[in-house]
Amino acid sequence: MSGAQPLLEVRDLRTEFATDAGTVRAVDGVSFSIAEGETVGIVGESGSGKSVTARSIMRLLDENARIAGGAIKFRGRDVMHLDREGLRALRGSDIAMVFQDPMTSLNPVRRIAGQLVEGMTVHGRYGRGAARARAIDLLRRMGVSAPERALDSYPHEFSGGMRQRVMLAMGFSNGPSLLIADEPTTALDVTIQAQILDLLRDLNAEFGTAVLLISHDLGVIANVCRRVIVMYGGEVVEEGLAEDLLSDPRHPYTWALLNAVPRVDRKADGDRRLLAIEGQPPDPLAMPAGCRFAARCPFREARCAEKPDLAEVAPGRRARCWVTQDGGVLPARGAHGARLADVPARMAPVAARDGAVAEAARPGPILELSGLAKHFPLRGGGFLSTPRKVHAVNGVDLVVRRGETVGLVGESGCGKSTIARLVTRIHEPTAGRILFDGVDITHADAAAIRPLRRRMQMVFQDPYASLNPRMTVGDMLAEPMLFHGIAAGRAAARGRVVELLDLVGLPARAAERYPHEFSGGQRQRIGTARALAVDPALVVADEPISSLDVNIQAQVINLLVDLQERLGLTYLFIAHDLAVVRHVSDRIVVLYLGKVMEVATAADLFERPLHPYSVALLSAVPIPDVAAERARKRMVLGGEPPSAIDPPSGCRFRTRCPLAKPVCAEQPPPLVEHRPGQFAACHFPGELG
Amino acid sequence: MSAGIAGAPATDAAEASRARRGRWLRRYGLAATGGAIVLAWVLVAIFATALAPWPHEQVDVTRRLLPPSAEHWLGTDLLGRDVFSRLLVGARISLVAGIVVVVVGGLVGTLIGGIAAYAGGRAEEWMMRATDLVMCFPPIILAMAIAAALGIGVTNTILAMLVVWWPKFARLARSLVLVQRNQEYVEAAHVLGFGPSRILFRHIVPNAVGPLVVLLTLDVGTAILTFAGLNFLGLGVIPPTPEWGAMVSEGRELVEQWWVATFPGVAILTVVIGFNFLGDGIRDWLDPKSRRR
Repeated sequence: MSGAQPLLEVRDLRTEFATDAGTVRAVDGVSFSIAEGETVGIVGESGSGKSVTARSIMRLLDENARIAGGAIKFRGRDVMHLDREGLRALRGSDIAMVFQDPMTSLNPVRRIAGQLVEGMTVHGRYGRGAARARAIDLLRRMGVSAPERALDSYPHEFSGGMRQRVMLAMGFSNGPSLLIADEPTTALDVTIQAQILDLLRDLNAEFGTAVLLISHDLGVIANVCRRVIVMYGGEVVEEGLAEDLLSDPRHPYTWALLNAVPRVDRKADGDRRLLAIEGQPPDPLAMPAGCRFAARCPFREARCAEKPDLAEVAPGRRARCWVTQDGGVLPARGAHGARLADVPARMAPVAARDGAVAEAARPGPILELSGLAKHFPLRGGGFLSTPRKVHAVNGVDLVVRRGETVGLVGESGCGKSTIARLVTRIHEPTAGRILFDGVDITHADAAAIRPLRRRMQMVFQDPYASLNPRMTVGDMLAEPMLFHGIAAGRAAARGRVVELLDLVGLPARAAERYPHEFSGGQRQRIGTARALAVDPALVVADEPISSLDVNIQAQVINLLVDLQERLGLTYLFIAHDLAVVRHVSDRIVVLYLGKVMEVATAADLFERPLHPYSVALLSAVPIPDVAAERARKRMVLGGEPPSAIDPPSGCRFRTRCPLAKPVCAEQPPPLVEHRPGQFAACHFPGELG
Repeated sequence: MSAGIAGAPATDAAEASRARRGRWLRRYGLAATGGAIVLAWVLVAIFATALAPWPHEQVDVTRRLLPPSAEHWLGTDLLGRDVFSRLLVGARISLVAGIVVVVVGGLVGTLIGGIAAYAGGRAEEWMMRATDLVMCFPPIILAMAIAAALGIGVTNTILAMLVVWWPKFARLARSLVLVQRNQEYVEAAHVLGFGPSRILFRHIVPNAVGPLVVLLTLDVGTAILTFAGLNFLGLGVIPPTPEWGAMVSEGRELVEQWWVATFPGVAILTVVIGFNFLGDGIRDWLDPKSRRR
């Protein structure tokens, strides 16, 4: 590869957005190159400019954006000044792009055939017949079963993973030399993500297509890419080979990214707090003059007020950091722990609630579910036919003890969010029983349950949708206290609002402001404060961190862990990120299609899983470590979860299970304790993994 | 010398303020124009009798059908009444009728649509079918039929218009509440134990009200137009009372004396345009995409 002309060369790229508040330099002097057949990853948090970089290469920018400077060359050809014709030729046949959201990137009113074939015939390389034959071929190659039938289907008949395969087929239809994939697996479940990542790697090996993979997940990047570029605040801050960069980061931001995520292959040491870096990314309208990361950097020095260049720190490695350029070393995890656990340090001593410890010590479980089921009737169908039902939750038994954290994991559609909404009685169960603190609330009406609401609260997934945009934060926190008569009056409520804000690490003046003035992580703190306003004993957290950036995730997790210790809370923690669940949970429940597959302590589940589904789920999570990733035995699950409208007979997992035998179709396996404290619903427990 | 140095930033500041003004005009210019027109008409309606150069009900057959002049700015009508004075006083009834119809109709419709969406099930089914039933009829014909049945008079005409007016608000309110109902903040309110009316009126409605306000504003123009139309057809005000639609109607056969019908027509036009501009402006302002910080 040495000396040869690179496939793509980006030099000093600057892309700006004109906004009312001023010009935002989304991409500010980014340079990199991709060789023929190379796999390169760009990592960064939202707003780092990674997607804008990709879109600039394709010249697919919004109206208010413009490329202000720099050069983009594809095989030596200038892309910046291509006319419409030239761009069209480039986009379709030389560079292909796959986007994040497979649900909206296909045209819903056209059959797959039309969309795939059009892409090929329009560039004049194939006739209609040949294009159709090639489309079938490509879909098969992408792992779409029954490609002939798929061609005549509409996009809505496919799941997200299948649509992403169709998008990839479309991308590859004209044999591009470069594929740009912008967060192609972010919207997918882990097992499907593992399939798509495998596919990307195979395609790269087989066709020699270069891949530019954009992701916020270092694990995903490590899985596919040879070389990694880290972006922060519109700049490249570090660049190098994946194995070097991930094992020995030379920029504090990369270091923080790597240490802020818990890893599935590592045990949580006693402390559940994560290493979180302080603060927020810089304001794109007022970028600091010096190092852009300095404000959040634990290693900052006086020199950092001056802007560092992207300079070589080791052969083939470049970093934009004064410390490492001088040969400084970033410590391995743990060394800086005390300094970085910022959340507890900031917290004022708002007295751990009286009796927090007593609460945790009270006998009896706080929550008991037995045979819990929820079926949602489907609308439509024939007039005379019996209405069909979605079997969202199907006979779940679970006991949550006081003061513990129980994690619920599973792919989308496994019923974990429905369980959260049954426990908090947003929905009424179809069957089964819910005992909360010894009181049966299965069918309790609103009035009967109202007094219990104080003891059971919920933190929601989407920090943008879970706060009423028309209420100030203060009103939002005061309303439940006044409603339940916890605060004696407005003045008392106001005092308590300030305490609550302080508890979640927000300043008192936040009370006067509206939700839109806060970032995602801050909003999640507000949502948590609202749940705590009524002084609950049980908090159901429904994917509380899944829509946040990695560093912000760590901050919110630390907050939740702190609050648990101080207030003696019990958590029912729902997440699809297994590493996070392992990190914070005492016990974990693995769900599949509305049924419990396995229940175990976090350590047991991750070290010796019994159920084949648990094994598959664990092995699907990418690890941000090239060596570990290579060394580990993987079991990639084929196919997709079947429909919950008509679930399989016997064991629900049998249609995807590598161990499935005839007995699995006949008898649903009961949930049995196979080892002390470890339950699994499988006829052949522990035979896999 | 120092003046020269100080001058540079000053021009910069002037430049910036000019740019700011330009942006403001582009964004809010139309709405401001609309607002000014509406405000002007409201003031006219309030001070009509004081502003009118002639008593608007003074009949003087010797001065009938005079063309516009310094004495009678917009001429006189068949009975020798001053068109300009009648126009000013007529603003009262048109504005009041338009606003009453839209506000009351909007409230009733929002209530029905909002409750239907939040309650769901049978109740929603019944409420929305009732809405569909009213919407089946051409509104102005239905209003005419009802007004005719109730008898001539301003109150009856407004009542008739109300009957045909609420359904579109019910439809819009229902769709808006449906969108909000499944948002997580509503679930959060539910988990906090709040009752349904508190959730609907304190949490959902304030978030759904934006598009309703836009429709409300845009609709005042339409309501004024419809009211004038009904008056033109002879339903509504009882004759000596000045009203724009009725004035157009009186002048419709006087081709030579164009001023009798034209000026009330122009008055209707300006009010309708004023409310439309204002409504468009409010819509743009409420749209977070066009607002962008």
